[in-house]
Amino acid sequence: MRATIIRFPGSNCDHDVEHLYGTLLGASTSVIWHTERDLKKPDFVVLPGGFSFGDYLRTGALARVSPVMDSVKKFVSEGGSVIGICNGFQILCECGLLPGVLLRNIERQFLSRFVSIRVESTASTFTQKFQKNSVLTCPVAHGEGNYFCDQETLKALEGDGQVVFRYCDRSGSRDDSSREINPNGSLNSIAGIMNAKGNVVGLMPHPERAVETLVGAVGGTTGLAMFQ
Amino acid sequence: MKMQVFVRLKTGVLDVQGKAVEKGLHDIGFGDVGNLRVGKLIEFEVEETDSNRAKDKVKQMCEKLLANTVIESYEIKSL
Repeated sequence: MRATIIRFPGSNCDHDVEHLYGTLLGASTSVIWHTERDLKKPDFVVLPGGFSFGDYLRTGALARVSPVMDSVKKFVSEGGSVIGICNGFQILCECGLLPGVLLRNIERQFLSRFVSIRVESTASTFTQKFQKNSVLTCPVAHGEGNYFCDQETLKALEGDGQVVFRYCDRSGSRDDSSREINPNGSLNSIAGIMNAKGNVVGLMPHPERAVETLVGAVGGTTGLAMFQ
Repeated sequence: MKMQVFVRLKTGVLDVQGKAVEKGLHDIGFGDVGNLRVGKLIEFEVEETDSNRAKDKVKQMCEKLLANTVIESYEIKSL
């Protein structure tokens, strides 16, 4: 298994992803700078979390025009699998690989806490190892995670089963208006989506921070299955 | 030619920043302020003498980077 992790100026979860692929899963990993164009023939490409380009202009906006993104788009069009986590999700939305956008959290606060998310679809590359409707515990750490799109897009996402994760309580129940359960105010409690083919996934929670009991006793290792 | 781009959140898109600024104004005594929205002004020079050609070029810049048309509208002015 080969994983390529893209490092933008301001990425800060690149090391976590490298650790989980390289050390925990024994994969061959390459971390490449955003100006590169050669993805090194990976099985997976990861756009990690962080604050690429200091979130200048809009979150993910400047990363969208980084040279590496042309290669990422080509990789996706050829069926390659890409996951964007947190800022990576914001970048995928900005560059049009996923629909919608991540607005500022509805309560204006930066959220750094654990959330429960329900697996809505196992049709994507990154969720096929999960049981549908199972509940995972993952950390979130973001100021702009409030998923938004127009009603037509929302209808299409829901109709085509492209919602991959939804915020929920520990028992798996959803409540869009509860800031405890849907903390950033996302439409339909959306925490993660995929493209129509299922080879591109973006999510705000950090599964790569729920891979070792040593550092994440609450989340355990529930996130690991996403990367295998 | 000097260009100005005004980027605004579209109607109906929640502007939490605007709400915070509005509350700040209320807190310092400007209680009659309402519907405050925060936008962006981007100014730059382009090497172009024809205003229409310059605007066409800037329109492409807006579509590709300066605005996210899912949530934002833009207005271009040449000075």
